[in-house]
Amino acid sequence: MRQSQRRNLIKLGVASAVAAAVPPGAFAQQKKYDPGANDREIKIGNINPYSGPASAYGAIGKAIGAYFDKINAEGGINGRRIKYITLDDGYNPAKTVEMTRKLVEEEEVLLVFQPLGTPPNSAIHKYMNQKRVPQLFVATGATKWGDPKNFPWTMGWQPNYQSEGRIYAAHLLETRPGGKVGILMQNDDYGKDYVKGFKDGLGDKAKAMIVSEVTYEVTDPTVDSQMVTLKASGADVFFNVTTPKFAAQAIKKAAEIGWKPLHYLNSVSNAAGSVMVPAGAENGIGIVSAFYLKDPTDPQWQNSPEYKEWAAWMARYNPQASLKDNFNVYGYTVAQSLVQVLRQAGNDLTRANVMKQAASLDLASPMLLPGIRVKTGPDDFFPIEQEQLARWDGKTWVLFGKIYGK
Amino acid sequence: MSAAPATSPAAAARGLSRPALAALVAAGVVVLCIAPFLVKNYRVFQFNLVLIYAVAILGLNILTGYNGQISLGHSAFFAVGAYCAAIMMDRWGAPYWSTLVPAAALCFAFGFLMGFPALRLGGHYLALATLALALAVPQLLKYKKIEAWTGGVQGIVLTKPEPPFTFELFGSPLNQDRWLYFVTLGVTIVMFVLAWNLLRGRVGRALIAIRDHPIAAGAMGINLPLYKSTAFGVSAAFTGVAGAMSAVVVAFVAPDSFSSFLSITFLVGVVVGGLASIPGAVFGAIFIQFVPNIADQISKSAPWAIYGVFLIVFMYVMPGGVAGLGQRLFRRRSAAP
Repeated sequence: MRQSQRRNLIKLGVASAVAAAVPPGAFAQQKKYDPGANDREIKIGNINPYSGPASAYGAIGKAIGAYFDKINAEGGINGRRIKYITLDDGYNPAKTVEMTRKLVEEEEVLLVFQPLGTPPNSAIHKYMNQKRVPQLFVATGATKWGDPKNFPWTMGWQPNYQSEGRIYAAHLLETRPGGKVGILMQNDDYGKDYVKGFKDGLGDKAKAMIVSEVTYEVTDPTVDSQMVTLKASGADVFFNVTTPKFAAQAIKKAAEIGWKPLHYLNSVSNAAGSVMVPAGAENGIGIVSAFYLKDPTDPQWQNSPEYKEWAAWMARYNPQASLKDNFNVYGYTVAQSLVQVLRQAGNDLTRANVMKQAASLDLASPMLLPGIRVKTGPDDFFPIEQEQLARWDGKTWVLFGKIYGK
Repeated sequence: MSAAPATSPAAAARGLSRPALAALVAAGVVVLCIAPFLVKNYRVFQFNLVLIYAVAILGLNILTGYNGQISLGHSAFFAVGAYCAAIMMDRWGAPYWSTLVPAAALCFAFGFLMGFPALRLGGHYLALATLALALAVPQLLKYKKIEAWTGGVQGIVLTKPEPPFTFELFGSPLNQDRWLYFVTLGVTIVMFVLAWNLLRGRVGRALIAIRDHPIAAGAMGINLPLYKSTAFGVSAAFTGVAGAMSAVVVAFVAPDSFSSFLSITFLVGVVVGGLASIPGAVFGAIFIQFVPNIADQISKSAPWAIYGVFLIVFMYVMPGGVAGLGQRLFRRRSAAP
């Protein structure tokens, strides 16, 4: 870290020398700045759990930094370098508050980018909006981040749980409109978000189609009895809204009791390594789930120029990270969205303009699935709402069908 | 524990006269009062956290340092205090200052009850039993029957209290954080004075006697079960007050804020500051607040490894904690002619 700071300083020196050499007026007129931006650099803050129980997510924070290194090496954004300050909160909301205040009040960043996790973001939601500092592209799928009326300084990025729920509903109506649906959901905001989206998607038919809806608590040891209840209800469609441990249990139990419904698995738990394989790869055959990023282990992408560019960036700027880790695709892609926002902002680097530009995006990104776009509007604070479905074939997820969502 | 002369023993040994001591205390008070106006808001917020941790560590020290009962469950009491304050403010609109006494009372009761199993368990077994408490509480807080109160996984977002009056000093206004700094400082001082009075008298001697030789202590007529349970209750009450203040200062509570790791952090604070030392709690608090941040600045890949190195070096250089080092230096000086 020290070393990279020194390197940054040297680069900064070079950059400022270059800036001094460029005659004034070479940049467009009317430069406007808020704290964290000037002629030479843009300060971006980030918070990730580099320590603690959720430290696997720390890969995202590092990947974002590595992408900004690439942007800086290529001359920065409109001639300005990105200064990326990323801090560790250990997934502890109290620590998130402290670190956010450090970023906003001491480091004086232009914006806070991609803080991770629903509880940490909830802890700073009000603060960021009171301070009028962008809390941009938060790394959580809760639906509450897209509320421009009450929280105009906060925006999500990844598909939110409700829109994903609607996608499963759309597919269900197309393929099995007479299906009898059983739902297993975690009894909290995350579970309710998914089920609300699903029911909204089914519309009037929701009441007739859903025959059973059972919940479990995070504190429950297993979901075995819930699975038995669902099978007994006569459902032939299963909407599985569970976190990884319970998802694996549910898949295993369904196989044990010989229940073979059309099985929709929420994307929270569609990782091969932590869910599908532990559940028994054979048990999961036929399960349907939603995706929006290219899986770096999927052979169909590995000869594409987009993948090669990503792999070249990995090799040059993020060499210690794993080429199999989806988080490196995620970090790369979300950083590209921010770079686009800052490009659009031009020389008006105020916090208000950052939010305005973030709310007028329409962009394709190389590692998003083909056809999926990052789209926002003044009333649409949900950047990615499109996903494609994939079916588990016992070894990998195989994409099929059209792109769902708007 | 010889009879104290007119000047306090510490001051007398350092060769300070009473006026000099008074001047020193006055200077300390002035520094404490103007410090928040010299730094940014964010630093003030960190000072508040240090004060809060100091009270929590002091609470744990009463139990572990003075009474010799190891607890890995103090994050649970911290959480109960925090949730007590948060629910009072959020549900009933209670003012922030009114939450401290109920938090203390609730945690005292909770801790006193926890003290009963502690009577049958000693040493490592007690540590494990209390660890179970620390593990259980964050999950229980998510329980759906009480979700209407606790806010479940999402926690409770609070509003920071506005200062009742405002003025400027060195160009910095008395804002929410600076006001809370004075509130926290006041509460901290009260808690330290309470602890001082408790531990420097008969009760303190009884607690230490139980720690050093329970059988002898019993033979001398000390009511072991009562003292041990009360120590647990008082310790929990201190930590609960700290938890309530943390809810006010952070303005957010969620189960993830009170993981069992927080208990271990408190224990680190107690040991670094110095077992059975009242002022040591402040140093312990400074350590647990700032060293993780330093570790994070050094390495993003292995912040905890760096933290571990700090801790090992620290313990090697100061085996008795900061307070222990202070005592050693002090003895050396007073032994010299």
